Amino acid sequence: MTNHWNDVANSDVMMAIGSNPAENHPACFGWVQKAKDRGAKLISVDPRFTRTSSKADIYAPMRSGTDIAFIGGMIKYVLDDMEANPDNYNMTYVREYTNAALLINSDFQGADELDGLFSGYKGVYNETDNAKRTYDKSAWQYQLNKSGIPQRDPDLKDNNCVFQILKRHFARYDADTVSNITGTPKDTYLEICKTYAASGTPGKAGTILYAMGTTQHTYGTQNIRAYAILQLLLGNIGIAGGGINAMRGESNVQGSTDMCILAHILPGYLAQVENKDVDLDTYVNRHRPTVATGQFNADPLSLDWWKNYKKYIVSLLKAWYGDAATSDNDFYFNYLPKTTKPYNDYSHIALFEAMYAGDIKGLMCWGQNPAVGGPNANMERKALEKLDWLVAVDLWETESAAFWKRPGVTPANIPTEVFMLPAACSYEKEGSVTNSGRWMQWRYKAIDPPEDAKNDLSIINKIMVKVRELYAAEGGPLSEAIAAVDWNYGDDPDPREVAKEVNGYDLTTGKLMASFGALKDDGTTSSGNWLYCNSVVDPDLEPDAPIPGNRASRRDPTPGPFDIGLHPKWAWCWPVNRRIIYNRASVDLDGVPWDKEQPVIWWQEGKWVGDVPDGGAAPMNQDGYNAFIMKPEGVANIFGRGRADGPLPEHYEPWESPVANIMSKQHNDPAFKIWASELDKKGTADDYPIVATTYRVVEHWQAGQMTRNLPWIVELQPEMFVEISEELANEKGITNGGKAIIETARGQIEAIALVTKRFQPFQLNGKKVHQVGMPWHWGYSGLSRGDSANVLTPHVGDANTMIPEFKAFLCNIKKA
Amino acid sequence: MELTRRGFLKLSGASTAGFLLFKGAGWKKVLGYSPIPLHKKIGEITTICPYDASGCGFIIEADNGNIVNIEGDPDHPINLGAACAKGASLAQLRTVDGKLNERRLTKPMYRAPGASGWEEKSWDWTIGQIARRIKDTRDAPDNWKATDDQGYTVNRTEGIASLGGAALDNEECYLLIKMLRTLGVVYVEHQARI
Repeated sequence: MTNHWNDVANSDVMMAIGSNPAENHPACFGWVQKAKDRGAKLISVDPRFTRTSSKADIYAPMRSGTDIAFIGGMIKYVLDDMEANPDNYNMTYVREYTNAALLINSDFQGADELDGLFSGYKGVYNETDNAKRTYDKSAWQYQLNKSGIPQRDPDLKDNNCVFQILKRHFARYDADTVSNITGTPKDTYLEICKTYAASGTPGKAGTILYAMGTTQHTYGTQNIRAYAILQLLLGNIGIAGGGINAMRGESNVQGSTDMCILAHILPGYLAQVENKDVDLDTYVNRHRPTVATGQFNADPLSLDWWKNYKKYIVSLLKAWYGDAATSDNDFYFNYLPKTTKPYNDYSHIALFEAMYAGDIKGLMCWGQNPAVGGPNANMERKALEKLDWLVAVDLWETESAAFWKRPGVTPANIPTEVFMLPAACSYEKEGSVTNSGRWMQWRYKAIDPPEDAKNDLSIINKIMVKVRELYAAEGGPLSEAIAAVDWNYGDDPDPREVAKEVNGYDLTTGKLMASFGALKDDGTTSSGNWLYCNSVVDPDLEPDAPIPGNRASRRDPTPGPFDIGLHPKWAWCWPVNRRIIYNRASVDLDGVPWDKEQPVIWWQEGKWVGDVPDGGAAPMNQDGYNAFIMKPEGVANIFGRGRADGPLPEHYEPWESPVANIMSKQHNDPAFKIWASELDKKGTADDYPIVATTYRVVEHWQAGQMTRNLPWIVELQPEMFVEISEELANEKGITNGGKAIIETARGQIEAIALVTKRFQPFQLNGKKVHQVGMPWHWGYSGLSRGDSANVLTPHVGDANTMIPEFKAFLCNIKKA
Repeated sequence: MELTRRGFLKLSGASTAGFLLFKGAGWKKVLGYSPIPLHKKIGEITTICPYDASGCGFIIEADNGNIVNIEGDPDHPINLGAACAKGASLAQLRTVDGKLNERRLTKPMYRAPGASGWEEKSWDWTIGQIARRIKDTRDAPDNWKATDDQGYTVNRTEGIASLGGAALDNEECYLLIKMLRTLGVVYVEHQARI
């Protein structure tokens, strides 16, 4: 989240889209209610009338997979209204804090001119050759001045400026077209546009609350880009009650993402190393934009915070390799593994395609259950059969651990060795977790793990110690790298010490680093994750914390400056305890808040008061730095030059879609990878005419092992079900409570039918299309068992991140 | 002094490792009287819910190897003591009807190739086997790539993958990624991707 949970109470209008917070983030909903008590409006946009919808002021049904059309139309509405009523908007914000004023290469042509594609596409319309499903982005770059920084038209009128390109792009997203694509009634749609656009007035705040309904699409990244564009036009980023608020789904998915247990990044969002990064400086320079690399020089008015890149990678290498890593050996940079394929080709879907092809021999699974949670579950389960060995670490015998004895297989035919390790639950160990609002919170051990169960920290340590012993005794490829790792945690690692390593040390004094601002690139500092630097400091700096020095352990609930619910002394958040990020955009060029009732920071008497400011420099008009310090341009990107599938979001249909794309000739997103194993089957609208989606219920959690093994939960929500409209149920002869079979090109499942008014068929450009939905929590293991929705979902993912398209696919349904 | 909930928690502090005993002159100073020693030892700690990413606070009390009470932490700014159905059921991750949840794994288990069931094993044996598998798989000529087909030094193993975990603590995630990358693993993923 750019903001945080409690801040939602500061909103004037909240849009829950691609999410259902009343169900899946109940704590958030308390703050939504608080905002409503103050007169704020809640908008719920969802294919289904959810519990969130039942509390909304306006509910809009929207066919799964049409968010870009929906938001695109809102962007058009705002742009048109800005022209008619500029005083209702914060044009200073748009001009000064976004790249709306910057000029793009005059050769650039957008989807409005090229019928759904952008300049530089290497394929034809609806290209199927993956090698050609890619863009040459040179025409998407900025026009530069003599100093190599982007040219600017502060009047926003130049034909090539981002603002004009944006207007041309979204001119096609009129309300009638949007309604024909999304199935949203036009009058409801316009009411939402008007209500949400009202948050564009300085002093008003609108927030977007989103979750997996946004991200789990072949254009999920562009869905979020659409939110970013809307919020930037409305001046909603950096202010109290504003923001783009990703409501994340697991207790420490934010922390695990920050620690970067992902194919493409290293802790602190540093890039994973590629083969062409022959040494440290090549690696660092590749991540610094310059004219020489076909980009541009950083604007002198930008703090350009990623200029510190080398300090962070060197400090990480020092944390990993210790004293022996020096500038003479490039800090052992070349010990790090490097990729050859694009990063996404090592990510989840690609990982399972490689496993299915027999390329991956061993898998470690740490509290993850892909046999239920992964797309095309039958394929992923079959892929597990190709492993030589599996290590499954969990509290329970999960579907993944038990894949070899699942219904329909013969264990004697499956040679995989499985090591199932008993793990400690969250309160049987001590450590920290980071919530969606970036709050790192320390938690304690109430009780020892049962019998021989152990915490993961201890298990990881045991494995690494033993592996290192084997290499020390036997040697092996690059065994010197394994010997060089600084790994000294004893028999039972102390999480408080590990947290200190993550924070980092001044290696010349042995003292904890106080802030990442002081990290160095010469090997004199270490930090396992620069973003977490400042979380565990010298006890003298934080003596009153329950664990002195450990800021994540703090329990002072004081609301903090300006009474906007910052709670600056409760736990700690990154970066450096800044609770609302991009907060320099919450003030004008003199440092005066746009909203004086709910300021975030305020320049008073030569200093900032309020939240930790986003870069401590003075306001812009006093030789300060621009608002978006992580961007070399210093401004937020409405136009996104680096995305795989386009610099602006464009409506495309999901991979499996019931209708033609009426926006353009380009039916699907032009850049996502098409996988073609024998189990990557695609369904057609003729065979599978019904749109399907998946979602969650409050009682259950993710792949189910943590809830389907608890009797109380099972009593509340005992069985797998599918929700279908009354009209569809009538058509198919399916009764409420009766059994139904749902089928896609990839498989079929059985579920109890929940016949409801909450789904209504969509009218899409004159065609009636039904949609159904189901929870994905169930599997063949545990106290409560049932068929897995993911047997139905496709093994295809987002063009930029390859997150699977769980949320919009085609099915058929019949009475069992 | 009235002993409020907040005051009680401040007194118990962060390091109750299983019991809270009233004793010593310090308590008299804080409470204004010498409290009667409790007969039972109880542990009470604060925790953060392991389910969604709200980060709600809970208070957990354990006694004799079981969880005896769970409640929302009223001092926590986010949930203010409230709990959804999952948080309210936190006790059952450990304790069901006064005993260990029978579905909890308690021993390392091993499934041999082609076998139809599990065998219980010791930690030493299991860790030894896992380390052996990791080394053999990492090092196998088909898997270990010192250089790639473009001639670059890549120092990676493609035969091993790791998934998980979004419910692991930050410190665990950190040691996990440190281990995986320094062993040359590139197929590294978890729930954040999906």
